[in-house]
Amino acid sequence: MIRIQARRRMFLLTILAFVISTQASAEYGDVVLNQRAEKEGMRPVVFPHWFHRIRFRCKVCHSELGFEMRAGANDVTMDEITQGKFCGMCHNGTTAWAVENCDLCHTGRPGLASGIYGGHETLGPGRW
Amino acid sequence: MLSVRSWRKCFWLLLAMTTNSFADWKPLTADSVHDPAAPALNLLQIPEDALSALPPDSAGNKVNWVEALRQGHINPRTNIFPETKIEVLDLDIYFDQTADLRVVRFPHRPHTEWLDCVNCHDQIFKRGRGENEFGMFSILEGEFCGQCHGAVAFPLTECDRCHSVPREEYEKIQKATTPQ
Repeated sequence: MIRIQARRRMFLLTILAFVISTQASAEYGDVVLNQRAEKEGMRPVVFPHWFHRIRFRCKVCHSELGFEMRAGANDVTMDEITQGKFCGMCHNGTTAWAVENCDLCHTGRPGLASGIYGGHETLGPGRW
Repeated sequence: MLSVRSWRKCFWLLLAMTTNSFADWKPLTADSVHDPAAPALNLLQIPEDALSALPPDSAGNKVNWVEALRQGHINPRTNIFPETKIEVLDLDIYFDQTADLRVVRFPHRPHTEWLDCVNCHDQIFKRGRGENEFGMFSILEGEFCGQCHGAVAFPLTECDRCHSVPREEYEKIQKATTPQ
């Protein structure tokens, strides 16, 4: 009897561990930009690092395009993007989709704070 | 000697642990940052589509990005401006003030394959041996290595990947590289 109970407990623990491990979470390195978006009536922007690093090395955005490494340190406006700065360097209709496709970048859940999300193992450094 | 029951317990525990290290890329509609009601969400690539084809890893994006690049699975652009100078530096730096832990080997090569020198020098790290004083506390706070590791590069739970050189081996390296 005791043995069956112990087995059941282990089974339930395993299920619990599985549920915890498969909880919904952002992809590692996803950045939410919402310093301006929602104030202007748009959904926050979700920037997926994984998608971009397949196509560009870190240095393209973080050196050539002038994005600071720390999430939240970049105050990017749509004006600047339209003028070809920051995201606008590629999101111009030639290298990647142009700025008219608002809904392709502004896909974030309303109410999300700016910062770096995701993390299978850690939630990222505390100060973010 | 473990009893049958203990073995069974071990099996369940191991199963629970391994489920955590399986690749588990979420669809964008269920990843907690995207709004499932966003009209163009179905036009975006999903992580599993791209990441499942790359060399696997146990942490972060569950992709070994350095190997993905080295083995040619991906060939991300190095520059947009034609005049940008591309520099790859093949130089290992050792940090030996690590108390009881293994010595840290910092390989410039994989870092400079992705990054430009100015990304780290001299804002985050000063150039030159012994010029930088930092520890795990500041790294965990998001300073130094922690600007990327724990955010986009492999997370800080992967201790052994940086603390990788046993003391004896380090001493041999020191002897071999120090001019007599």
